[in-house]
Amino acid sequence: MTVEMILAGDVYEVVRDPIVIDWLNIWAIVRAVLSSAFIIGGLVFVLAGALGVLRLPDFYTRLHAAGMTDTLGAEFILLGLCIQSGFSQVTLKLALVGFLLLITSPTATHAIASAAWSANLDPLLGKWRAPTLDELEDKT
Amino acid sequence: MIGASLIAATTAPNPLGISWDAVGDYFMLGTTLFLLVAMALILGRLIAGPTLYDRLLAVNSFGTKTVLFLCVFCFIIDRPDGIDIAILYSLMNFIATIAVLKFFRYRALDVGLHSAHVTVEETAP
Repeated sequence: MTVEMILAGDVYEVVRDPIVIDWLNIWAIVRAVLSSAFIIGGLVFVLAGALGVLRLPDFYTRLHAAGMTDTLGAEFILLGLCIQSGFSQVTLKLALVGFLLLITSPTATHAIASAAWSANLDPLLGKWRAPTLDELEDKT
Repeated sequence: MIGASLIAATTAPNPLGISWDAVGDYFMLGTTLFLLVAMALILGRLIAGPTLYDRLLAVNSFGTKTVLFLCVFCFIIDRPDGIDIAILYSLMNFIATIAVLKFFRYRALDVGLHSAHVTVEETAP
């Protein structure tokens, strides 16, 4: 604005720039944090399952460790990748992978357990057992 | 990279002095590293497993981790075509597990479903 405009009375208000919130950046940060949290959680589950498969004493306990943690850890990691990839064809494919794993992984675990049980593979019993009522009373 | 371009969209300064793009890359590389560690542990059970079923369980779990590794690796090299291979591998893994179980139960793969059902009824404990 010039001095002539002010003198003529054309300018009666000074307009400031409005505060611009960059929603795109905030959304990107939220997405990165969410996907990182999901992927780290999935990795914790996957590593715990692998350690359980390696360390547990019995076939059925190993089955217990592998079957559940693999399914949940895989779903978490794939969900984190889905959040990171945004809305695209890749998200759909990742969701398809997650769906197939969700169906096939417990089914395969069940089939292995059923086959082992039909083949008379005995679970490890008697090494550890729950304390009886008398032993509990002795301890307390 | 798909994910790192999203992270790189943020203009906030990074306290580490590295660009957000590199941070996303290193995060994905760490993810693959931990998946490889889990696969190595599963391989230990695969080698040391005393029974056939332990080994089958290890193979199945290894296949699941391979699918995850493929998905994360496709994000690293920024070529999402490999996720199709991951889909294929998850299906193949399931079918292979069922086929090996069937083979070690009946010692043949050409057993029909009906006769298989009858044999299951006879040999059930």
